[in-house]
Amino acid sequence: MSGEQFLFWLLALTTCGGAIAVVVNQNVVRMAFWLVVSLGSVAAIYFLLHADFVGATQLMIYVGGTVVLLIFGVMLTASGPHVNIKTSPADLVMAGGVGVLMLFLLISTVTSVDWEVAYNKLDSPAAEEVQVAGGDEERGDVRVEVDDQAVADDHVAADDEENGGIHPEYPRKLRPGYNDPRITQGNTARPIGLKLLGVSLEDIGKDPGELSAGYLLPFEIVSVHLLVVLIGAGYLARAKRRVGAKTDAESSP
Amino acid sequence: MAALLAADATMVKFFTDELGIKGEPWAYALAAFIHAFILINVFALAPLFFIWLERKVSGRIQDRLGPTRVGGRFGWLQGLADGGKLIQKEDLVPKAADGMLFRMAPYIACVSVFGAFMVLPFSDGWVAVGADVGLFLLVAILSLEVLGIILAGYSSGSKWSLFGGMREAAQMVSYEIPLSICALVPIVSVGSLNLGEIGAIQSGPIWNWMLFHDPFTFVAFFVYFTVATAGCKRAPFDLAEAESELVGGFHTEYSGMRWSFFFMAEYASMFLVSGVAAILFLGGWNSGLAVDTWLREWAGAADGSAVVGYLVNVVGMGIFVAKASLLVFVQIWVRWTLPRLRIDQVMMTCLKYLIPISCVLFLGAVLWPIGMLMMTGRTTLFGEPMGERVPAARVENAPPSDGASAATNIESGNSDRLAASAEDGGQP
Repeated sequence: MSGEQFLFWLLALTTCGGAIAVVVNQNVVRMAFWLVVSLGSVAAIYFLLHADFVGATQLMIYVGGTVVLLIFGVMLTASGPHVNIKTSPADLVMAGGVGVLMLFLLISTVTSVDWEVAYNKLDSPAAEEVQVAGGDEERGDVRVEVDDQAVADDHVAADDEENGGIHPEYPRKLRPGYNDPRITQGNTARPIGLKLLGVSLEDIGKDPGELSAGYLLPFEIVSVHLLVVLIGAGYLARAKRRVGAKTDAESSP
Repeated sequence: MAALLAADATMVKFFTDELGIKGEPWAYALAAFIHAFILINVFALAPLFFIWLERKVSGRIQDRLGPTRVGGRFGWLQGLADGGKLIQKEDLVPKAADGMLFRMAPYIACVSVFGAFMVLPFSDGWVAVGADVGLFLLVAILSLEVLGIILAGYSSGSKWSLFGGMREAAQMVSYEIPLSICALVPIVSVGSLNLGEIGAIQSGPIWNWMLFHDPFTFVAFFVYFTVATAGCKRAPFDLAEAESELVGGFHTEYSGMRWSFFFMAEYASMFLVSGVAAILFLGGWNSGLAVDTWLREWAGAADGSAVVGYLVNVVGMGIFVAKASLLVFVQIWVRWTLPRLRIDQVMMTCLKYLIPISCVLFLGAVLWPIGMLMMTGRTTLFGEPMGERVPAARVENAPPSDGASAATNIESGNSDRLAASAEDGGQP
């Protein structure tokens, strides 16, 4: 078992264990704690997959969101210390049924995908590259050598505008050569950011007219929509309170 | 975790090639252990020093001497004596407390701050995890500290603790907004979230520091520092533990080592946010005299002068730690000089003043290069344009290639990375 596999099984175990603990526990805050464990393990799995940006986002949004949930849970539901939530058997059956259906959906989705295609897609250019560069040397050494050579090529290509085919106006620090893969392996932030603007790393240097529109506009529309919903929810919640406690609101500065 | 561990690929290479350790997992584990060992010692020793400094500085500000006896004239062993005392204390858990969460909370606060040190570079390339999303990851990890505080406040089963925890939650959740926006102000000029790149781009003379990049980053530094002080729940923003009204706030019920974990987390996060301020605004490990930059380039260009580069990095680490410690000193100074705000004033300061100010700063920093280009024909006030500040040694030191196109280079880089991941993951 490789180190990555060991870490994957460990994190998968904490993810599932945390999720089960959320369901089993009856205390709101303990539930939130186990939710954090579960979601944090998912973030760690993202890091394991070299998806550092998604992992950091998972930590920021889901784990941070759980903290906010926890605050509201404590502030709004706690009539005494350590409130427990009791679930009725009918709820239990219904939730269990929905959960089992969801599990079937996931399993059928996973099994219906032909993973061989994806695996070959991932594997073949890599294997080719190693063979081209290395010949019959030992595999570990070859990889390091390829790495160095790729870095060197990147640097030189970034410097050489004629050969590199990079648009001359393109800022040097954003060119692919600057990112040394030995230092920032799995750096996904820049490709994701470029993709949002409709550019992928292969498109660098192309005429701007040829590029796709990107996902920036849908992204912005969704985020502004969420903001509107948030403000609207706040307004509604506040307006309701004001009717009952008008005198309080007026008396306080 | 391989993406994180791959950052120290050189150390792994050293273990596998030089020391002959068989199997990459063990080399990775060993490299990770060494990094963690170094960081946990930084994490443990920095609070020791700063607690002593806090006592001395507060003593001097209040016209006292502070500790004088333990460890000689300056009382420099006072922190250790405090630690010894705390270890001996009984580990109490109140009857009304939720035992598991009560025991867990200090560790969560402690580990989240310690985890954030992972992406903090101490010198050029001296970082445990050189993530491309460094700053984002740091803020994300650091934001988990509040979870430990809330859990501590809630699980203690005490009204004082719950009040403290809720105040802390409200404070942290609101102050994270201006903190992130202020951290973005230099980012829009640099164009990278990688803390190592941000530090490297400020090498050279002092006007290359982001502090002097434009008026907006100059103001953003002070706003960031104010917000970061509040984020560390330091006075004048320490409403979470306001001992005059809440006994001890969220840590009222804690004693012994568990209590000291909260304090270690507090002092370590002071150092952390100061270090981030030093990297984002104050040139990181660069002295601002351009001598170290020149030496680093020379060491990178010439063969066999790796020792010089190493020594420059050691000096750079000293500069970085000195800058961060100076900012911690300012935080201590502020604590013992300014009176505490009320909780409504704390929230008002953030929501009514700091968030609008930081938004204006962010907008200004975005528009500044465009305005500069239109007015003066150049994008920066001082120094060379940001895109040209990539350390020359990294670009020029590369050996000549056979003139392959950039597109194939990108592909080869990607497929190379895929090869590495496929190989690591593919082994049964």
